[in-house]
Amino acid sequence: MGFELFGLPMIYYIAMIVKVLVVFVFVLLTVAYATYAERKIIGHMQVRLGPMRTGWHGLLQPIADGIKLFFKEEIVPSQSDKFAFLLAPIIALIPAFIGFAVIPFGDTIEVMGYKIPLQIAAFYDTAAGKVVDLNVGVLYILALASVGVYGIVLAGWASNSKYSLLGGLRSSAQMISYELAAGLAIISVFMMSESLSLQKIVADQAGFGWYAFKQPLAFILFFICSIAEINRTPFDLPEAETELVSGFCTEYSSMKYAMFFMAEYANMVTVCAVTTTLFLGGWHGPGFLPGWVWFIAKVYFLIFVCMWIRATYPRYRYDQLMRLGWKVFLPLTLLNIVVTGLIAR
Amino acid sequence: MDMLQFPANIAAAAGVNFAAIMPEVILSVIAMALLLVNVFINSEQKAYLGYLSLIGIVVTFFSVVSGWGAPQSGFNNSVLQDNFSLFFKGTFLVSAFLTILITDQYLKREECNWGEIYPLILFATVGMMLMASGTDLMTIFLGLEVLSVSLYVLAGFNRANLKSNEAGLKYFLLGAFSTGFLLYGMALIYGSTGTTRVAAIASYISQNGMVLSNPMLVAGMLLMAVGFSFKIAAAPFHMWTPDVYEGAPTPMTAFMSVGPKAAGFAAFLRVFIVALPAMKADWSELLWVLAVLTMTVGNITALKQTNIKRMLAYSSIAHAGYVLVGFTAGNAVGTAGVLFYMLSYAFMNIGAFAIIVLVGRKGEENNNVSDYAGFGFKHPVLGMCMSIFLFSLAGIPPAAGFIGKFYLFSGAIQAGYVWLAIIGVLNSAASVYYYLRVMVFMYMKDPTEEFDWLAVSPSLALCLLLSVAGVLIPGIVPGTLLDLAQKAILM
Amino acid sequence: METIFFTIVAAVTVLSGIMVVTCRNPINSALSLILTFFCIATLYVTLDAPFMAAVQVLVYAGAIMVLIVFVIMLLNIRSEVGRRYTHAGIIGTVVGFLMLVLTFNFLNNSSLTGAKGLITTDVINKIGHTELIARSMFTDFLLPFEITSILLLVAIIGAVILSKKKI
Repeated sequence: MGFELFGLPMIYYIAMIVKVLVVFVFVLLTVAYATYAERKIIGHMQVRLGPMRTGWHGLLQPIADGIKLFFKEEIVPSQSDKFAFLLAPIIALIPAFIGFAVIPFGDTIEVMGYKIPLQIAAFYDTAAGKVVDLNVGVLYILALASVGVYGIVLAGWASNSKYSLLGGLRSSAQMISYELAAGLAIISVFMMSESLSLQKIVADQAGFGWYAFKQPLAFILFFICSIAEINRTPFDLPEAETELVSGFCTEYSSMKYAMFFMAEYANMVTVCAVTTTLFLGGWHGPGFLPGWVWFIAKVYFLIFVCMWIRATYPRYRYDQLMRLGWKVFLPLTLLNIVVTGLIAR
Repeated sequence: MDMLQFPANIAAAAGVNFAAIMPEVILSVIAMALLLVNVFINSEQKAYLGYLSLIGIVVTFFSVVSGWGAPQSGFNNSVLQDNFSLFFKGTFLVSAFLTILITDQYLKREECNWGEIYPLILFATVGMMLMASGTDLMTIFLGLEVLSVSLYVLAGFNRANLKSNEAGLKYFLLGAFSTGFLLYGMALIYGSTGTTRVAAIASYISQNGMVLSNPMLVAGMLLMAVGFSFKIAAAPFHMWTPDVYEGAPTPMTAFMSVGPKAAGFAAFLRVFIVALPAMKADWSELLWVLAVLTMTVGNITALKQTNIKRMLAYSSIAHAGYVLVGFTAGNAVGTAGVLFYMLSYAFMNIGAFAIIVLVGRKGEENNNVSDYAGFGFKHPVLGMCMSIFLFSLAGIPPAAGFIGKFYLFSGAIQAGYVWLAIIGVLNSAASVYYYLRVMVFMYMKDPTEEFDWLAVSPSLALCLLLSVAGVLIPGIVPGTLLDLAQKAILM
Repeated sequence: METIFFTIVAAVTVLSGIMVVTCRNPINSALSLILTFFCIATLYVTLDAPFMAAVQVLVYAGAIMVLIVFVIMLLNIRSEVGRRYTHAGIIGTVVGFLMLVLTFNFLNNSSLTGAKGLITTDVINKIGHTELIARSMFTDFLLPFEITSILLLVAIIGAVILSKKKI
């Protein structure tokens, strides 16, 4: 392994590529089976069975769905803006996936004498003896979340349909409102960890010093705001089937529709992973299992909670949603920052 | 400072010194308190906010007076409260005080009686004060922004009136554009000297003479001059002035033509005289041209105006030109003249606008020069006041305007700019025509109106009284004020 | 490698910047502007300023541009009314070209002047970009930082006064 490229050993690049591939495939699989899990879980909560026909207990359902969507006819409305119409699903999908680059999903492992941190955008600095990651990791995630809105907004605009446009407008207003509250909610976490690096934030929560216990209000607010930001029920107004006939994706079909669908679930996975990292101690857990198992377990639990919420709550009305964001969540997050500032130091 | 070391005491590292920003702190606290009070009172009681802000201004004025002669620097040289800035702060407070006195009556007449106008005026004053005492380009810029944003809103305050909307939008667009120039200039100066502190820029240039040949520094100086010229409405960057002054609510026009102009000059003087004295040869050439253009364009265009607010807008451009003459000279007499003139201009211009508020009718009607026909006979006292203000604007003794111009032009002569002074005097003579035209209408035409809607509220009467005093007393006994101005100059 | 990377990003920045002013469709202009912001953020990353990069994306691309796109959509401006290239455009082009020549002249004749700051790449790597920004913001530039809060307050009041239906 003496070979070097741009001043870094080859293993660094190999590890990077392997990490990217593993995480990407894992997230894709999670996304596929999250759709299945959602139908199953909601089915059982409503005393139904959910998908049962394809495979054992419907286990092949996501694959069948994928094949179906792939072979559907591709319809592009004649009056649409072709370029933006094509671009929108891509823009929606990319931020949903690349958010994983900064999330640490396990402890450092050792391969052939090299220490490799289980975080894509990080490397082990042998001179300093610590893991170096992006020093503004949390901001990176917030930035990506704020960019994700463009996919939906563009889709709404490019379709040239009233329903889609309304969906897009609702979405942009909703995301801006809740992005603010979500961003302010995690400021109290920064204040306690005194860092924006996710490695440092996770390290601070070792041994059940979870920020969910130290910052319960911030935890709840951040989770709710994140659900609102990714347009999940009960905040799924941009695609409300009953009023907007699925809003921004009314005019989409085939693979493009599937991409929006994937983006939505990938966003959910990302949000749950971020919440785990920031509030639930990341990969820390009792030592009898490796860190990445704990991480996956916590993320899956949060995904389950998302689905549980969907099965339980009805959709908010638009004005209620805005009032909740600006008049309840925003003041609460500000109050939380003030209280943290007074107590933490 | 060692960057690797975390500062032990942040307040000490930040150089916190409240004495240096006392007037700003008092005024902004009062403005915020007024915003809160505003929520709890009904629309008939909004005038109380005006009275409260007057009290606030008086308190701030005392803090300004008590700071005289004891320079305070603070926040790692971000601000310096010296006599220069205190004199300007006094000017801003006077203009805010007089403006608030005439605001209430106007708001009731135009039915836009919203209490937010008073905090906005106070915030604008805070912005102006920061411009005057800022010794860091960032402080100056942010002060200017606080001022400008408040003024954009104040210009468009009369929401039901289309012209007011137009004024607000136009001012906003052009103001934002000019801010871009200013900021670009500041960025280039920072790039070529490596600091934003005004004094540090000067010392860097004096120690490293070769920086003067750096085109970046020259470009920065030019762009800053453009940015400030927009703010003081100097030709050829004056295009926004007439429309904005005409459309804005009359009391706000009065405020805008006085306070922000003085603040612009304060920052302009501070940056150019303190930070860039090494380039004086360059910038005084530039200002020479600007001064001549501004005076001439302002006066010649004013000759043809029929709307009195528009006429005073062009007149205010011309006055910026006269003040630029003193600035071009850059010597003690000229600079003291700038300070003296801005203060007396506050009295005479707001006084004239007070009369315009009185004569005007709902919907900004009755603002033409011809509407003043016979006004002098129907209301002799008010006519008399108006004549005094117009005499002062024209620079006729014994009003303060004359003394101010005298100092500005004699400063130019002392500095060797004889031609500039001659052009200034010629312009001043030309301006007499359009000021006297108003008086011709007031005293030599038969009244077409009864002026029976005129009602002088006590606050407006107080404003007129103060303005007349402010015009006549320095005009007749200029000694005290000139003395103060001479103590306040930067050199 | 950094040079190649910079060249590519810079080329995209300039091209998308040109697209902002030449696109006929306002939405495409806005999208090009977003791309420009992204490229600038990338340049910040190469300059060892990750905080600036993140904030650039978060504030400009994420918040301000969403509002701009929102307004374009709300007004439903599909394509531009009237011509974009008038005599003002021609004059603008000429002036812009002269400015370009002037800028090149500046760049060729300027030497790097200015006092050297305390924050070197070494210091950034030791302390971290975010903390350095926070330190200078709360020590050297505390007053400007506080003035900004007043500025924002004034802007909020102004927005409410000028646009709220019923005050």
